[in-house]
Amino acid sequence: MSEVLLEARGLHTYYGASHILRGIDFTVRGGETIGLMGRNGMGKTTLIRSLLRLVPSRHGELHVRGRAMTDAPPHAVARRGIAYVPEGRGIFPNLSVRENLVMAARPSVDGKRHWTLERILATFPRLAERLHHGGAQLSGGEQQMLTIGRALMTNPDLLILDEATEGLAPLIAVEIWRIIRQIRESGIATVIVDKNHSAVTAITDRNVILVKGSIVFEGPSTELRSRSDILHKHLGV
Amino acid sequence: MDASVYLIQILNSIQYGLLLFLVASGLTLIFGIMGIINLAHGSFYMIGAYMAFSLSALTGNLFLAILLGIILSVILGIVLEWLLFSRLYRREHLEQVLLTFGLILIFEELRSIIAGDDVHGVPIPAFLNYSIPLTENQSYPVYRLFISGVCLLIAGAMYLFIQRTRLGMMIRAGNTNREMAQSLGVNINLIYRLVFALGMALAAFAGMLAAPVSSVFPGMGNQVLILSFVVVVIGGIGSVWGALVAALLIGFADTFGKVFVPDYAGIAVYLLMAAILLWRPEGLFRRA
Repeated sequence: MSEVLLEARGLHTYYGASHILRGIDFTVRGGETIGLMGRNGMGKTTLIRSLLRLVPSRHGELHVRGRAMTDAPPHAVARRGIAYVPEGRGIFPNLSVRENLVMAARPSVDGKRHWTLERILATFPRLAERLHHGGAQLSGGEQQMLTIGRALMTNPDLLILDEATEGLAPLIAVEIWRIIRQIRESGIATVIVDKNHSAVTAITDRNVILVKGSIVFEGPSTELRSRSDILHKHLGV
Repeated sequence: MDASVYLIQILNSIQYGLLLFLVASGLTLIFGIMGIINLAHGSFYMIGAYMAFSLSALTGNLFLAILLGIILSVILGIVLEWLLFSRLYRREHLEQVLLTFGLILIFEELRSIIAGDDVHGVPIPAFLNYSIPLTENQSYPVYRLFISGVCLLIAGAMYLFIQRTRLGMMIRAGNTNREMAQSLGVNINLIYRLVFALGMALAAFAGMLAAPVSSVFPGMGNQVLILSFVVVVIGGIGSVWGALVAALLIGFADTFGKVFVPDYAGIAVYLLMAAILLWRPEGLFRRA
């Protein structure tokens, strides 16, 4: 088995008085592709934000590449090789496309630059055409490509994608899925949250279903696809 | 009045405006990026002027004094950010005003204890201490031109720093989406500390440059502070470009107000501010 990139044990996260995550164990190994599923409000985004230390967890432990990061600031987690494509994209509208890409560029944890500006622009030709446009002038699909490209420029070992195809035209969504497959094949581990469950299970090795802040299912895509009871009960499929 | 008088007043307006820009640019960055209302910003102008006075007396060289003064004010800025201001980011403006007003009192008291309450002059370096003759009986001091030139250089350097460097990109990125910048691995707290220290150092540097022409006196930071806030408000909070334009406008309004309507010169600046805010309540260059 490859190296454990990220390991959370017994995470409990609250928003004010609301108990959102109720003891989550979550592990990602190098090169793995994981689908994170569950209906709206079940804690998917909160789990991601807890893993990235963007929200504090009240209990539990977080290790990134073997280092304890339970109380680490978000930038330190990111610098251990984790990149994030957030829901709603989060591009910097006051920076140009090029600036969005290069602002946080850095080599991977083991010092390699697999993803350079040239490679990103070859992967996303539409960004190359708009290199000097402001981030705010892009279409939704272009913004999403920019967010993914920006994340890759940090040369991560793990890429977390939260609703990367949400609100995109079907053809653009197909393009984004193609890129996600390409990223996966390049050896980067991915955690994918997406409403299109069949698209997710088509490329994931393992799937995790959250219900009310707890994990109710964890298993390979083949197993999940055969369990219509689980799909129906927890995902409404 | 002949043309040379106008020329002198125009040069004075520019020099005054650019100096004000140095102070206000730091204020607008700290206010716009970190959301902190820093009343102690004027104190740094005062501290800079007093450092120019005491360090140039000590070393005999104004430029050496300025170099040392910049280093000291950056260190002081970092310590203040770490000790006090870093705790204020999520607090309300009232608490920020209370703390930074307290700092004004502390800095003035320390100034009184260390340097006394007398007015001091700072000599202009010999090689800049002459005037360029404009007409038979009019001339213009070279040191004032020197101030304008240095301020323009700094304005240009700030533009390049914010627009062209990766650190500048991170500062702008953190300004619109702090969380996203962090999850890309940007240590935003460290960057804020740096911006804060640089902003404070700019104010101190302005005080050092101004010391030979304005002399050094108690309370000198307060007047600059109020005018700097006027600049920030007119220019649009957080806009360095806006601060430059607004500072020059203020420089002209104040200088020419004193020439043409001396009885009302004190309110010329504030009338200008009121008029601009009626026209553009967000300031001239407020970003969307």
